[in-house]
Amino acid sequence: MNAVLGLEDGTIIKGTGFGAEGIVSGELVFTTQYTGYEEALTDPSYKGQILMFTYPLIGNYGVSGNCMESDAVKAEGLVVREACPKPSHHLGKKTIYQLMEEEGKPGIAGVDTRMLTIKTREHGTMRAALINGSDDGEEAVRIARAQKSISDIDFISQVSCPEPFKLESPSRDPYNPLNVVLVDCGRKLSIERSLLARGMDVTVVPGNSSISTIESYDPDLLFISNGPGDPLQAQNAISAVKHFTGELPIVGICLGHQIMSLALGAETYKLKFGHRGANQPVKDLETGIVHITSQNHGFAVDGNSFEEAEVEVTQYNTNDKTVEGIAHKYLDMFSVQYHPDAHPGPQDTENLFFSKVLKLAGGKK
Amino acid sequence: MPKRDDIKKILLIGSGPIMIGQAAEFDFSGSQACKSLKEEGLEVVLVNSNPATIMTDPEMADAVYIEPLEVKAVERIIAKERPDGLIAGIGGQTGLNITSELAEHGILEKYNVKLLGTNLEAIKNTEDRELFKQTMESIGEKVPRSKAISTLKEAEELIDELGLPLIIRPAYTLGGAGGGIAHTKEELLEITERGLRRSRINQVLIEESVLGWKEFEYEVMRDANDTCIVICNMENLDPMGVHTGESIVVTPSQTLNDEEHQMLRTAAIKIIRTFGIEGGCNIQFAAKDGDYRIVEVNPRVSRSSALASKATGYPIAKVTAKIAIGMALDEILNDVTKKTPASFEPTIDYIVTKIPRWPFDKFVNADKTLTTAMKSTGEVMAIGRTIEESLLKAVRSLDIKMNFGTEEWSENETRMLLKTPTSERLFVMYHALCNGFSVEEVSSLTGIDIFFIRKLKNIIDMEDMVREEGFSGAISDDLLREAKQTGFTDARIAELTGKTREDINDQRRAAGIISTYKMVDTCAAEFAAETPYYYSCYEQMCEANPSDRKKIVILGSGPIRIGQGIEFDYCTVHAVAAIREAGIEAHIINNNPETVSTDYDTSDKLFFEPLTLEDVMNVIEKENPGAVLVQFGGQTSVNLALPLERELKRRNDLKTVILGTSPEDIDVAEDREKFNLRMSKIGINQPDAGYATSQDQAIEIATRIGYPVLVRPSYVLGGRAMEIVYDQNDLERYMREAVKVSPEHPILIDDFLEGAVEIDVDAVCDGKDVLIGAIMEHIEEAGVHSGDSACVIPPQSLSYEVLETVRDYTRKIALALNVKGLVNIQMAQKGDKVYVLEANPRSSRTIPFVSKAVGLPLAKIAARVIMGETLEEQGYSTCDEPKVKHVSVKEVLLPFDKLPGADPLLGPEMKSTGEVMGVDSDYGRAFFKAQLSADNLLPLTGKVFLSVKEEDQDGLLDVAQKLVSAGIELLGTKGTADFLSEHGLEMGIVRKVHDGSPNVIDMMRRYEVALVINTPEDKLSREDGSRIRRAAVDFKVPYITTIQAAIAAANAIVTMKQGEGEVKSINEYHKEMA
Repeated sequence: MNAVLGLEDGTIIKGTGFGAEGIVSGELVFTTQYTGYEEALTDPSYKGQILMFTYPLIGNYGVSGNCMESDAVKAEGLVVREACPKPSHHLGKKTIYQLMEEEGKPGIAGVDTRMLTIKTREHGTMRAALINGSDDGEEAVRIARAQKSISDIDFISQVSCPEPFKLESPSRDPYNPLNVVLVDCGRKLSIERSLLARGMDVTVVPGNSSISTIESYDPDLLFISNGPGDPLQAQNAISAVKHFTGELPIVGICLGHQIMSLALGAETYKLKFGHRGANQPVKDLETGIVHITSQNHGFAVDGNSFEEAEVEVTQYNTNDKTVEGIAHKYLDMFSVQYHPDAHPGPQDTENLFFSKVLKLAGGKK
Repeated sequence: MPKRDDIKKILLIGSGPIMIGQAAEFDFSGSQACKSLKEEGLEVVLVNSNPATIMTDPEMADAVYIEPLEVKAVERIIAKERPDGLIAGIGGQTGLNITSELAEHGILEKYNVKLLGTNLEAIKNTEDRELFKQTMESIGEKVPRSKAISTLKEAEELIDELGLPLIIRPAYTLGGAGGGIAHTKEELLEITERGLRRSRINQVLIEESVLGWKEFEYEVMRDANDTCIVICNMENLDPMGVHTGESIVVTPSQTLNDEEHQMLRTAAIKIIRTFGIEGGCNIQFAAKDGDYRIVEVNPRVSRSSALASKATGYPIAKVTAKIAIGMALDEILNDVTKKTPASFEPTIDYIVTKIPRWPFDKFVNADKTLTTAMKSTGEVMAIGRTIEESLLKAVRSLDIKMNFGTEEWSENETRMLLKTPTSERLFVMYHALCNGFSVEEVSSLTGIDIFFIRKLKNIIDMEDMVREEGFSGAISDDLLREAKQTGFTDARIAELTGKTREDINDQRRAAGIISTYKMVDTCAAEFAAETPYYYSCYEQMCEANPSDRKKIVILGSGPIRIGQGIEFDYCTVHAVAAIREAGIEAHIINNNPETVSTDYDTSDKLFFEPLTLEDVMNVIEKENPGAVLVQFGGQTSVNLALPLERELKRRNDLKTVILGTSPEDIDVAEDREKFNLRMSKIGINQPDAGYATSQDQAIEIATRIGYPVLVRPSYVLGGRAMEIVYDQNDLERYMREAVKVSPEHPILIDDFLEGAVEIDVDAVCDGKDVLIGAIMEHIEEAGVHSGDSACVIPPQSLSYEVLETVRDYTRKIALALNVKGLVNIQMAQKGDKVYVLEANPRSSRTIPFVSKAVGLPLAKIAARVIMGETLEEQGYSTCDEPKVKHVSVKEVLLPFDKLPGADPLLGPEMKSTGEVMGVDSDYGRAFFKAQLSADNLLPLTGKVFLSVKEEDQDGLLDVAQKLVSAGIELLGTKGTADFLSEHGLEMGIVRKVHDGSPNVIDMMRRYEVALVINTPEDKLSREDGSRIRRAAVDFKVPYITTIQAAIAAANAIVTMKQGEGEVKSINEYHKEMA
């Protein structure tokens, strides 16, 4: 099947379509990880984005269904050099073709993905449209250009859970149960898996939950999740953080980190082309160790913009010196830009981060 | 953490000669480390016994010692140089072993030398199999069940406990040497005995087999700050049971999901932290369905780390050296981006395939089965955007006759060869898929993941499609593009479609299907990179961006193999340096991941590509260089001279020329008949010779010349299939078994000059003058391949007249062949006559040895000559070889210990894998050092077993007298003892081997023999000799198989008894000459 990808700068790339027929649009972003396509595609942070892998072979080990980071494929479309039609893996249940088909999302293969990566690197992230079932490049470019900027769209409401619900940790201490309220701005399931694995119960609440809703669950700790889009769209969560600052321990990951920073008076900005991959180096200023982290973000926190002197930058990216972690000097608040929850990507910081969360929540460790 | 300020001077230990299990990778890592340390302002002292390395170039370090890698020798260097620190992890297993011994002997402490980087305990905990197992278990990591043992009885007892088959892994050996897989009790005992001998600490690990599990490797780095990064992972195609050095390997892993990949990655980091390794480290895993075992940890740079460096662009050795002097990963700049620090993980956007290169073309009788011990001599790497492309590029980089579809096997053979891993299995798999085997069947028989088998099948399906379109007339441009993207050459497409290569080439260029070049940049294009490191593919965007500077392309030499070793890489690197010094842009095309030439900062542009006509032409087409040089990369690149010239002529749109000796003149030198003609024209003496195109003609010529004669096919590399035949029966056997004679494949018959002294000359010619680098006298007589013979500079026995003739011949031949650049000439002296055996107008394997012995950078001089600077302009007005005060001996390394079953005999077919150099003020000491470096320790006390053929008896007497005068006891059979007693010499008598025990083999087993001197006898008693020599190899007893070497050894022993000379660096020797 013919497929075509159009970019806002007029670039037209023709290729072979797979997955569902149809037209999608969004920002074209690239990730440099070579495993973890099932996790990445289902990561809600990719909502509103067409995901391109720099690694040329995608789908080699099939799709197991066990590695989903949400209930569905959240990326708008998939761009690859080659998609594997006949995968081989002991857990593989279907092919990447079947996944995209079932999820109603289009894909395009046969693309010089390195060329598009270089274009993105040089030009900055571009709006794009992918049409599966047509080779009308002009049309794709027109759709790419017609769409709104990602900063003008509220994605959180599209990916957040509709109603609150509670998950009990199988290893919870019945005499001292801990309850983490996880504000779902487009959470990856790995976050709650890591919390549950450490004995914490998790109450997931929608991203637009009111302060009283959050209070009604009597949280030991407030956790702001990752999610798609511009953090300035998350005004509700920002207000929640402001409200609970000083009252509850608060932690955040990725978009959650940006939301907390905004609540603490900092500014955020859009990166030229973001950080997406499993090899981002983050220096922990406390220990001096550089950790390799999994990342997926297009916005970042301006480290010099914190109004209050109470907040310090605790970690930064050694590639481009961007802020990777902050902590409040006096209050129990910290957040990281990367994904210690991994999936996909390195687990190097998983224990470091989540055992700290457990401590803040009041656990014994 | 900034670099330590208590370290000013560092000792680096190299890895010694090229051998099976250790190729050029340590020259690459050692050279990187030298550069890296000098960059930080440190003084570097280097010791290595291998002259054919870039790292031993006098300008690489402040003092370069070409000395034996042995504790005493290294101690003398330490005592003289007094370094503050030593880095162990750069010189491979050899470096680690020497360092361990230096520490155990208290030498590091005595001279206050700090061990930098990975510490001794880490080395011990990873190398000692029992400690390794305990450490792993203490952190909850699973290893295969096993036990370290040091007696055969213990091994036998383990059969019940662990079950057969069992894996035997000796402690502290390289390339799995001495190890293996035992399927029976007998095999277990045999391999264990061999393994115990090989192990430095007399220990082997007997391990339960995880045969059939997949094998993965992780290259990890750690700094003193505890930052850990994974450079890349690799997936072995062959399941466990085949040494990773013997397996086809792809990077990155293809069949692991993220969960599994992160599981192994996390384990790798936990392990490197537990051992406290600082620098690079290689960790091997066996994995199956989400479960895994730790197989091995190598706390040092390795062959795999060289591969990982080339596969990702991340300079592991360079960074390891900086970590060793205290720097943290985030303080070291990523050379590739020049902006980001080294504290990140590379990611790649292509597929890398590595295939080993095996020496079975040289050892036709050796067992081709692949096991846990290495047999390959080198490897190739290829990069592509698809697995198919990457694999096909790797296969054609191998430079072997075998290709997909060239061989046929019966169905039974196919089935058997699919089950048993051999060097041919990839081709057998192809054959099977073409002949009705299903992908499932091939996968289950080989144990190779079906994912890879399907990729191979894709190649076959593409071939079918191409063939089909070819039948119907012509191949469409669309399919042509697809075939190119799959990795097909024009030649293959032509073959499938019944067209000529030229037709296809023209068609695709007209259709705009031309190769594009992508960059290897460590980061999948996330950041702009500065590294000029490229691979070809057929994509939309090309990143090569040719400059408008003047440029020259140099062809490399491909994989390390017997007959074409690291020496040619050395020459390539020197040529590149000369070109860059002249302000011209130098581009390298090569495919060997182990070498310095494929380091991205060696050249202005590196094209990691196969060395075939098409791949080279594609680069030329893209870059439009002024010239291409073919004489530095050995036979591989020389063979491309004529085809390249023809193609350049055909393509009149390209202005590139082949510089240096013209392809026509190269052809004259290569073509025996044309060469003989030209030599006789200028009155040069040659052995009587003839050129036979049929059996009858061969017999007629041999009879005319008189037996023995030397026979070989024309156009050969490293004396392939060359033999001395003694009579007509022998000649008939040769033509029946070894080489079929036909008009297309003629053979050459030369008079064999029995007892002649062979002479090698390396020279540079500019068309007017000839600069002689050195005249080398071979120690073994003519008949032993020059690449296998030890030799000495200056000559020890040649008269003034002979040397003058040699010089005269050299000049005449170089001029007659219109040589522009390097020429190597082999001659022989018998009586007062000098004969010319062959001339090769290209770099030779002795160039680095000569350059180091006499202090002349011959390859650079040659490159400058080629660029138009005459010898006179370069200041080489006296064209005789430089006069030297010191003596340099080259000795070779033979691979017999790695190839069970092969008879360790020298002959006209080259068998050695590498070389060492011994330098001292006199011949005896230099010879002694060379032997020591070649792992052939000449005894100064103890018993020597002597057994020689009748013609060697005069020499025997000389040897025996000298040994006795040096206080050595002699051993021999009754015949030898009788002969010596006639001359008043006493000898202990032992039984002949076929007379039963106790004989010399039993004594060798009990460590009672210090040296075996055994020269091959006539056919009848050959059996005994062969068993003795094989036993010497298996029991690690030094041995000598020619009388000339025995005489040299006896002299050396006598000299060494008088004491050792002063230890001097190469820099000092060269200074003394000036």
